[in-house]
Amino acid sequence: MAALINVPSKAKRGEIIEIRTLTSHIMETGFRHTADGKLVPRDIITSFICRYNGAEVFRADLFPAIAANPYLSFFTVAKESGKFEFEWIGDNGYSSTASASITVE
Amino acid sequence: MNAPVTRRNAVLGIAVAATSLAAPSILRAQSAGRVVVVGGGFGGAACARALKRADAKLQVTLIEPNKTYISCPFSNEVIAGLREIEAQQFAYDKLAAGGISIVTQAATNIDTQTRRVTTGDGTTFGYDRLVLSPGIDFHFEALPGYDDAASETMPHGWKAGAQTLLLRRQLEAMADGGTIAIAIPANPSRCPPAPYERASLIAHYLKSRKPRSKVLILDAKDAFSQQRLFEKAWKELYGDMIERVALSQGGRVTSVDPTMRTIVTEFGNYTPDVANVIPPQRAGRIAAIAGAADATGWCPIDPVTFESKLVPNVHVVGDACLGGGIPKSASAASAQGRACAGAIVNLFAGRAPETPRLTGVCYNVVAPGYGFSLAGNYEPRGDIFAEVEGGATSPVDAPRELRAREADEAERWFETITADTFG
Repeated sequence: MAALINVPSKAKRGEIIEIRTLTSHIMETGFRHTADGKLVPRDIITSFICRYNGAEVFRADLFPAIAANPYLSFFTVAKESGKFEFEWIGDNGYSSTASASITVE
Repeated sequence: MNAPVTRRNAVLGIAVAATSLAAPSILRAQSAGRVVVVGGGFGGAACARALKRADAKLQVTLIEPNKTYISCPFSNEVIAGLREIEAQQFAYDKLAAGGISIVTQAATNIDTQTRRVTTGDGTTFGYDRLVLSPGIDFHFEALPGYDDAASETMPHGWKAGAQTLLLRRQLEAMADGGTIAIAIPANPSRCPPAPYERASLIAHYLKSRKPRSKVLILDAKDAFSQQRLFEKAWKELYGDMIERVALSQGGRVTSVDPTMRTIVTEFGNYTPDVANVIPPQRAGRIAAIAGAADATGWCPIDPVTFESKLVPNVHVVGDACLGGGIPKSASAASAQGRACAGAIVNLFAGRAPETPRLTGVCYNVVAPGYGFSLAGNYEPRGDIFAEVEGGATSPVDAPRELRAREADEAERWFETITADTFG
């Protein structure tokens, strides 16, 4: 499933806006064992970046303690119309992107 | 009240208030103990009855605002037009005939210092032991936009009665091709599999009457009780009529707007034709008034005696207590009510309470003649109940004869529990 993004489609210049993201990921800790004693290898998202018209406005590092399907909510200031781009990077070459546009009046 | 309350004038208070009680029974009761039970559902009624049966000398008062009890189990069938509400109604006259004093009032205050319950008409009832079985109330603060007024346009149907009938009428008035959304809260909540049974039975109604319609589940959970059984049944019976948006797909409802009938989730808005919004829940309000509910909104208990961890001489059974692994179901409430009665009888007699082993059974009927079940055994472990061995869930792959038999068993279970409790 693609990531879920909630960015307000419109905002006033200077307004503080909330951005929500949710992406489906197993977030396997790397600490669990199978019934026959084998370690289940770690498979997590390690970082998340949000860029607003190319400039990074939010970044998060994720660790094994974070639950499956990480949900991130954060705030930024609506400065100009344009595009928010989101990127998730993780173990085993995992990479996922999404974007949403905003009109600032 | 400033006057010191002694056991003597507390008893007098009762004699004045409940004039129907004959004086000799009060005198006898002084030695045997007075128990007030607040809430006449499956937990409270079962407890009151078990107390009186264990010791006829106990003075047992059941305080319940409704003259008739309307059962939540099987009320999903009323919504789907498979059953009338009258089949859900049970009176308290048999309990009264068994020597239980029935007070048709709402409990409005509880003073655990002086051990008195006050009812809406101002009467007070003293007790030696109090049993709270108030069920649930809605935690409206947890769902902005939703309140009692909103429930008139976006019914919850999570307390059986007028709300059940309102949801049924809305469903009947909906045009073919319409969408009914069911918003489901996170656990703990009353009867965790029931929203999915409701979705199933509504789909059954729509399939025959309005086949172009859809059921949309907006869910604050990713996984739910008996999920594989439900999902298999949905596929078999209803094709793609039921669509579910789980938590990880953005299904958690964060607010509602009753004027537009809009349901807001973290990632989008929905405006269905019928909005069945089941709000987050907490213990019935009187539990918080008594000081028995903690920050979670539910009541922590000692699972051996059901005594509140927060206030003395108060026991909590049913949906209101923090039961751990034991679900908030009619069957569990009834088992808890009876076990609590046993503990109270032992406490009065100065005997050590027995460790209860409770059984909870939960039937889901997803279409006429199609049922499945989950049965669990539960024992105290630390501060909660933990599920122990011996439970069983219906197999996911089973012939339709088994589903038909379980649907019959569900009916018999309902007849038995309601007869045991009210009959």
